[in-house]
Amino acid sequence: MKSDILLAGVGGQGILSIAAVIGYAALNRNLNLKQAEVHGMSQRGGAVQSNLRISDEEISSDLIQSGMADLILSVEPMESLRYLPMLSENGWLVTNSKPYINIPDYPDIDSVYDEIKKLPNHIIIDADGIASEIKSRKSSNIVVLGAAIPFLPFEWEDYEFGINKLFGRKGEEIVQSNLEALKAGMEFCKTIKE
Amino acid sequence: MKNKLLLGDEALAQGVLDAGISGCYAYPGTPSTEIMEYIQNSKLAIERNVHRSWSTNEKTAMEAALGMSYAGKRAMVSMKHVGLNVASDAFMNSAITGVNGGLVVIVADDPSMHSSQNEQDSRFYGKFALIPIFEPSNQQEAYDMAYEAFDLSEKYQVPVMIRITTRLAHSRSGVYTKAVREMNQTKLPGDMRQFILLPSIARKRYKGLLSNQERFIFESEQSPYNKITEGSNKDLGIIACGLANNYLNESMKGTSQEYPILKISQYPVPVNMIRKFAASCKELLVLEEGYPIVEESLTGLLNMDYKVSGRLEGSLPLDGELNSDHVSRALGIELPASKEIPSLVANRPPTLCPGCGHTDVFLALNEALVTYGKGRVFSDIGCYTLGALDPLNAIDTCVDMGASVTMAVGAADAGLIPAVAMIGDSTFTHSGMTGLLDAVVKKSPITLIISDNATTAMTGGQNSAGTGSLEKICLGLGVDREHLIMMIPLRKNHDENVDIMKKELEYNGVSVIIAQRECVQTAARDKRIAAALKLKKVANT
Repeated sequence: MKSDILLAGVGGQGILSIAAVIGYAALNRNLNLKQAEVHGMSQRGGAVQSNLRISDEEISSDLIQSGMADLILSVEPMESLRYLPMLSENGWLVTNSKPYINIPDYPDIDSVYDEIKKLPNHIIIDADGIASEIKSRKSSNIVVLGAAIPFLPFEWEDYEFGINKLFGRKGEEIVQSNLEALKAGMEFCKTIKE
Repeated sequence: MKNKLLLGDEALAQGVLDAGISGCYAYPGTPSTEIMEYIQNSKLAIERNVHRSWSTNEKTAMEAALGMSYAGKRAMVSMKHVGLNVASDAFMNSAITGVNGGLVVIVADDPSMHSSQNEQDSRFYGKFALIPIFEPSNQQEAYDMAYEAFDLSEKYQVPVMIRITTRLAHSRSGVYTKAVREMNQTKLPGDMRQFILLPSIARKRYKGLLSNQERFIFESEQSPYNKITEGSNKDLGIIACGLANNYLNESMKGTSQEYPILKISQYPVPVNMIRKFAASCKELLVLEEGYPIVEESLTGLLNMDYKVSGRLEGSLPLDGELNSDHVSRALGIELPASKEIPSLVANRPPTLCPGCGHTDVFLALNEALVTYGKGRVFSDIGCYTLGALDPLNAIDTCVDMGASVTMAVGAADAGLIPAVAMIGDSTFTHSGMTGLLDAVVKKSPITLIISDNATTAMTGGQNSAGTGSLEKICLGLGVDREHLIMMIPLRKNHDENVDIMKKELEYNGVSVIIAQRECVQTAARDKRIAAALKLKKVANT
């Protein structure tokens, strides 16, 4: 079993939180993990990514090879496309639909969606919309993670463990709202996959 | 034994802590910052009262660590690669003085310049100083090497370098830890003349260091981190240094080729091992993260008949970070088909945060300079370097820590008047103060703007040495009170700030403008911490 995941977004959007939840989930499952993060200059509103590799065998490289990622998980639609060379032939792309526009030459959003829809395996989710529906606007990143659950090698309890580990010190309320966000993302994915 | 999920940086930090260090010294710099941050938050370090506050720059950090070693205790100093340039005077000479308590120098290089001005390879510095170097290939080795490096350091009374690169520094994986060791007692050096580098003593010390080289090579030959893995296809032998081993393993997965592999993770290079290995193969491919330092040492100037390929020869790119795609190409292994990035994807460079005080400084400065024209703003290293990008286009240089001040002085000497220096508070105390003294002594017609956000922001908001005392520092250096101006960089003060700048630009001497406003990131962080504390209080009552 191996799962190579490319997390994408813009600095400050919370992809490291997604990475941490997955990391804890892998730990809970006793799987090997390597997680390469971006720190430093790019965190200031620039494009950021994280390579997450999970396997029941020993993992060598901290980076995923081109064309080998099983999943691109993105909290921003244009950013999801930046890492297409990493995606394997049958890999899935799961992305938030809401653009984060902090550059003057952001492309027309419908053409961005069109590019994503060219892929055989993709899910576009209005994570911000869903997050505000459940009154948990800060958890849109976790909603996106929820939509990727069918493509990840974990059980629900592993995510619970991860969310508790990450948000536990912020109080039970925050833990619950993140679990709810995760569930909402997962439900959305179910409805469109069926 | 405990399995912890750690960044490479954190694994190093846990390793030195478990090895019984008494002090850690550092100045923040990507990708090394998390080493010190981990130690600052470590329960063990707090219990043992391990020294763990930030230094003003890498040189002061290196010297303080050497001082702790002099007093018999184990010390670590950590920095980014270009930080070693700043610390290099102390670093080079520490190899001559040698150490008393174990001294480990951790340097994190940044190939591909994710957050740096160059991609220099610190192994050259280790070789230059003639000291042993460890280069871990994964998080576990990072921990083990940090744990063991002190023994090697104390055995030969020499500083030991651990060199890592961005990818390992900022990648997380499981690490097994070892038993925590006792700390050293304070104890003066056995040879009380050892640390006095008068020429007569330094010559003797240097001969001692030279005579130890063979022993360092012997250590490398015996090291568990350097090893040969046999392979049936001896047409090619692969030498893989540090992290390159991972990329090699990744590339070889699923192929039927079995090349012999020599892994090198401890330097000086194990000479006999390499000779034996080379003799058993037809030709060599050298994989290393950084400059082709091993490859070059093998080919030398004459490049005899034996074929050696690598980054220098051209089988792999000479610049940038190594990865398994490059390794696969060098080995002729086919890569899986991959898609193109759609052309509509636009670049998204980092930017100053919304509401950042630096932006207001730049907006005022751009307006104040309109009459003088472009090309006279010398800047420095920090978030405000982003002022170089659209739409601000507000700075003209960024070279090294502190260079804004002194380059402005030089340009003014050449007749570019007024010249403006724009520096942050932490960079100013790191390396800008001495330049300001130059300017004051020479009465240079420069305007220095210290954009003071009361933190070392770019690396994540660490303490800044000059917070609260920048005004006094400038006055102490001799800046005229009348030309030391405070301002608050807010949009509503824009016109007033432009006027202040215009006036100081006209002054034919040293002006210093301190633009003071807290970093929006640290302000938000402090608010979050306060809220969490409140929550805790409520829960406890």
